[in-house]
Amino acid sequence: MTEPTPVSAPRRAAFAPAAPTHLSADIVARAHELIALYPEPRSALIPLCHLAQEQDGWLTPEAMVDIAGLVGVTPGEVFGTASFYDMLHTEPVGTHVVAVCTNIACLLGGAAELLEHAEQSLGVGAGGTTSDGAFTLEEAECLADCDRAPCVQVNHRYVGAQTPESFDRLIADLRSGARAAEIPPHGTLIRVRRTTGLEVDPAAVADERRAAAEARAAREAAADGGGA
Amino acid sequence: MAITQPPKIVTSRLGYDDSHTLERYLATGGYEGLRAALARTPEAVAAEVDAASLLGRGGAGFPAGRKWSMLRKNPVTYLVVNGDESEPATFKDHLLVERDPHQLVEGVVIAAYALQVSRVFIFLRGEFALGLERVQSALNDAYAHGAVGRDIFGSGFSVDVVVHPGAGAYICGEETALLESLEGKRGFPRIKPPFFPAAIGLYGDPTVVNNVETMSNLPWIMTNGGAAFAALGGGRSTGTRLFALAGHVANPGVFELEMVKTTFDDLINAPVLGGGIPHGRGLKAFIPGGVSAPWFGPDRIDLPLGQDEVAEAGSMLGSGSVVVMDDHTCAVRAAWRITKFFSRESCGQCTPCREGSGWLERIMERIERGQGREEDLDLLMDACDNISPGVAWPPQQTTICVLGPSIPSSISSAITMFRDEFLVHIKEGGCPYG
Repeated sequence: MTEPTPVSAPRRAAFAPAAPTHLSADIVARAHELIALYPEPRSALIPLCHLAQEQDGWLTPEAMVDIAGLVGVTPGEVFGTASFYDMLHTEPVGTHVVAVCTNIACLLGGAAELLEHAEQSLGVGAGGTTSDGAFTLEEAECLADCDRAPCVQVNHRYVGAQTPESFDRLIADLRSGARAAEIPPHGTLIRVRRTTGLEVDPAAVADERRAAAEARAAREAAADGGGA
Repeated sequence: MAITQPPKIVTSRLGYDDSHTLERYLATGGYEGLRAALARTPEAVAAEVDAASLLGRGGAGFPAGRKWSMLRKNPVTYLVVNGDESEPATFKDHLLVERDPHQLVEGVVIAAYALQVSRVFIFLRGEFALGLERVQSALNDAYAHGAVGRDIFGSGFSVDVVVHPGAGAYICGEETALLESLEGKRGFPRIKPPFFPAAIGLYGDPTVVNNVETMSNLPWIMTNGGAAFAALGGGRSTGTRLFALAGHVANPGVFELEMVKTTFDDLINAPVLGGGIPHGRGLKAFIPGGVSAPWFGPDRIDLPLGQDEVAEAGSMLGSGSVVVMDDHTCAVRAAWRITKFFSRESCGQCTPCREGSGWLERIMERIERGQGREEDLDLLMDACDNISPGVAWPPQQTTICVLGPSIPSSISSAITMFRDEFLVHIKEGGCPYG
């Protein structure tokens, strides 16, 4: 028997993370603030994807390379993670992502008819983006606003129950910018920045983790001993 | 039964427009529960929660005190709050994070003190943009107020609380998937055992995962005592609970009700609650606890809103969401949409769930469109049986997590209760409801 060839280590080594080149200085500064909140940098991967979408409106390949460098993984791992999640768009989307929920509570409230109207009104099917890049229409799963059915979100901001008529007014308002203060462009998720760093000494958390690891090792040793 | 008037434990501030601000929170008894907790030992705080017999409000209904007590044997490293509310027709945590974020923060710090952890992550679903902003604002204010951070209220206890946004995946409500996501990975549920993150959780360290509503109950319990909480409700279902009522009712919304004392009939029909079914229509069926739960017909409407009572009747109270379908609802279409949801949200790790959900969805779709065959009903049940052998309740499991065995609920309910309706679709080549 020959030793199994190590696969992951050389592949990892082949990717040398570089300083961010695509994300702006402000976004990178905020990214470092977020990374500092977690015991392991990779935990900031998804929050950083949201930040990248704030800059570009979607998650570009260039941003994924920067994020990989920032959290210490490969760009492939960033893409592999991001592609799992509905809110992370690895293809361009419109300035306004309009999500119409058609799940059970909204279905009972006429969501299928609303989605059909939205498709005709915007001239794109669910999943499509208007040719001017202003709107992407999505058929959404439950958005947890079921007492205002059928529920619609624009860029993850609730706009209340919609009828076909009110939907067209909503679209007109979005086009004219009348709701810009309330509904930022797609990608901007959290406009409130954390005002404090961590206050507990990181060494205290490290001590807790070490104590937990030692306790686990002791339990496992005791379990092994008991089985022998 | 009667609708009781219990104290408002988690919804007391919702009458105020500024319920989310620190000013309103402090003016209405805010952070008094935390001060009471910090004056006692962590063990005494945990014992108070034990005395309340608070069942977790996330869906599984596991006693919060027992979850914590598993940790007393091991040093706990992290508390993680599950705010990934995505079970269809569930919208109670949405209300709590947007309208009373300080109550959540206070509950979290109380729990952190009882568990003696110094790092908390509040995982909120990414679609809660306003909720994320409100909780972050509340945290910023709470740090400045001395209620979070170093040496809280001069007690010597310190904890950091971090808000973490999800990115849109139902499966992240499953606690091990949530932890994977919090580690910056795909939301793949972890293989069990270990069954509880208390043994191996975030980064492999001992972790407690609790729901937003569970945490929001803690300030009241610390101020009023666990015994006062346990005096409400009945049996194992103590206290009040938020019920999210949606679908065909005149007045959908979130209602805080005393558990067991109130019935589904009260919730759906009482003028001060659901207000009945509009347009003079009758009740066809209702889903008692999220779309993973088997449906009930009108004959079950007198059941009390209690965890064990609903379980004994063959379904679950689950996430506390009740969906009402009137007698003009197409059962095939309703079950098809729920199946489509599971098919979209299956994480793809386990074959029965990944493949089965897609097959079921396509068969349901063709029946609804009038292209079904009579043998499709047996085919549906056979596919359900491959995901959850016996298609019974509580379900058998062939998959890593409970998403898989949740899929058959709506299909088997619809076929059992409304078989004729399926046959009309098949024989007449279309949906009788248009």
